[in-house]
Amino acid sequence: MRELAMGRRAMERAVAAVAWAGTLLVVAAFGALLGELLVRGAGELSWRYLVEAPRDAGRSGGVGGIVVATGVLVALALAGAVPLALLAALFLDEAGAAQAGRARRRLAAALRRVLDVVGSVPSIVFGLFGNALFCRAFGWGESLLAGGATLACMMVPLLTIAFDEALQRAPAAERAAAAACAFSRAATLRHVVLPHAWPLLLAGAVLAVARALAETAALLFTSGYVDRMPTSLLDSARSLSVHVWDLALNVAGGEARACSAALLLLLLVVAIEAAARGALAWLRRRAGR
Amino acid sequence: MPSPRRLDRALQLASAAAAAAALLLLLGLAAFLLRESAPALREVGLVRLVGDRGWHPTRGAFGMAPLVAASGAVALGALTLALPLALAVAFVRLAYAPPRLAALLRALLQLLAAVPSVVLGFFGLVTVVPLLLAIEPPGASLLAGMVVLALMVLPTLALLIEGALAGLPSGERAAAAALGLARTTVLLHLALPRARGAIGAALLVALGRALGETMAVVLVTGNVVQWPSALLAPVRTLTANLALELPYASGLHRSALFVAGLLLLGATAALLLIASRCGARERWRGAREESARA
Repeated sequence: MRELAMGRRAMERAVAAVAWAGTLLVVAAFGALLGELLVRGAGELSWRYLVEAPRDAGRSGGVGGIVVATGVLVALALAGAVPLALLAALFLDEAGAAQAGRARRRLAAALRRVLDVVGSVPSIVFGLFGNALFCRAFGWGESLLAGGATLACMMVPLLTIAFDEALQRAPAAERAAAAACAFSRAATLRHVVLPHAWPLLLAGAVLAVARALAETAALLFTSGYVDRMPTSLLDSARSLSVHVWDLALNVAGGEARACSAALLLLLLVVAIEAAARGALAWLRRRAGR
Repeated sequence: MPSPRRLDRALQLASAAAAAAALLLLLGLAAFLLRESAPALREVGLVRLVGDRGWHPTRGAFGMAPLVAASGAVALGALTLALPLALAVAFVRLAYAPPRLAALLRALLQLLAAVPSVVLGFFGLVTVVPLLLAIEPPGASLLAGMVVLALMVLPTLALLIEGALAGLPSGERAAAAALGLARTTVLLHLALPRARGAIGAALLVALGRALGETMAVVLVTGNVVQWPSALLAPVRTLTANLALELPYASGLHRSALFVAGLLLLGATAALLLIASRCGARERWRGAREESARA
């Protein structure tokens, strides 16, 4: 009996040791990722790098027009996706209400499933779709408009799911009270649901921005590679992420500059995510008090 | 100012229209991919798309089988590497790490999950590839792709697995505590067997992401079209092929690339549906919500 217990204790220790070793390996890998980019990329980062135009296919100069194009792409995507996702989330929310009919509930269940599927579609497939629909069928060519529209399509499922969760934060009792007072839907939404939901709505939108910034494959065939400062929405222009890929793969001797661009992209994405999560945690603490 | 009733009506119509548009998105995706791939499906046909010797679309050979095999090999290899590590992180967070460290680890995982895939791919290009090159040229290889993709799916996989393991009913937890069982024993013998289905579903979700990833792979796998035969040999995946060839492809070549897109769409959708059948969608949702909350 004692032997068995000893054996078990040894086994437990071994499992713990292996788990710690694995975790350390993961931490080390990510430390290497951050360290490599910081050491090799931080030297180039400066205000001049942010505003100067790229020269010599990006081997020198900065990322001026590219930063602008990235901002425009994200803004277009948000402008297209947020209203649509908000309304679709409202539909899901109403289907959850007690008085909703069966057909409506079924439709909502189908929509949730479809959103899950679309949310898992690889981004390069969205790139193909955007190329066929926006660039060719709509005749927008490779342009900021086509890229932004493609990003918006990618954002819709993620945003709708996030917004749906946010709207569910409103307590059923308060909704029932609003219904008992014969509040209109719009009034219920404004005075009962939104006060509970807005922090998560905002967080969902901000996280979607981070995802859009990180996106590359969907933009390769929709907004194109041109690295000049865009002057119209129908201009082709590259995002920061496409810039990293182009420097790394297609430009001989572009590695150093790819490091700077990758670091800039990483810092942007991480800062946005951290800000969203931090603000959310702060709001929650304040609400809990 | 419109009357409340008219405002309500408008809101209802608009939200129904938005829901319909969101539903149409999937149909539109499938329809446009089908429309663009129709010429290749008609004129080349499935048999040749699978069976042609090699992928030389400009010379009329459309054999996608090596690309498909490479995609599968890279993705499955990545999961094989990522699963033990994800389990390790989940165990440490649930049972071994003090709360502060556990919170720190979670923040690290979330940070990692946010790293853009093109940045991960670039990191692979400047660190993993040279390491492998020292063992055997060319360095850019199947194994490099596996390592980079493993890093990519690891954070999500770890959080999902942790969510599954933490779902032990409180009765069993209390019974285990009453018996004085060690945390390792509880995890290994109570939580793990219960979580098997959910972990399987998490793996399927991760497999879908790995199969569909482009940027992290195209930068490190060397992109030579050939059957994956050795870990250190270069390969080209379906997604990498799209990224490299679509910008200049035309005619049947372009159409054949859309067939690849259709295949990717079908594969990821099927994986997701199977995963949700495994009953883990709720858990997945839970883990996602959890990660949004923390």
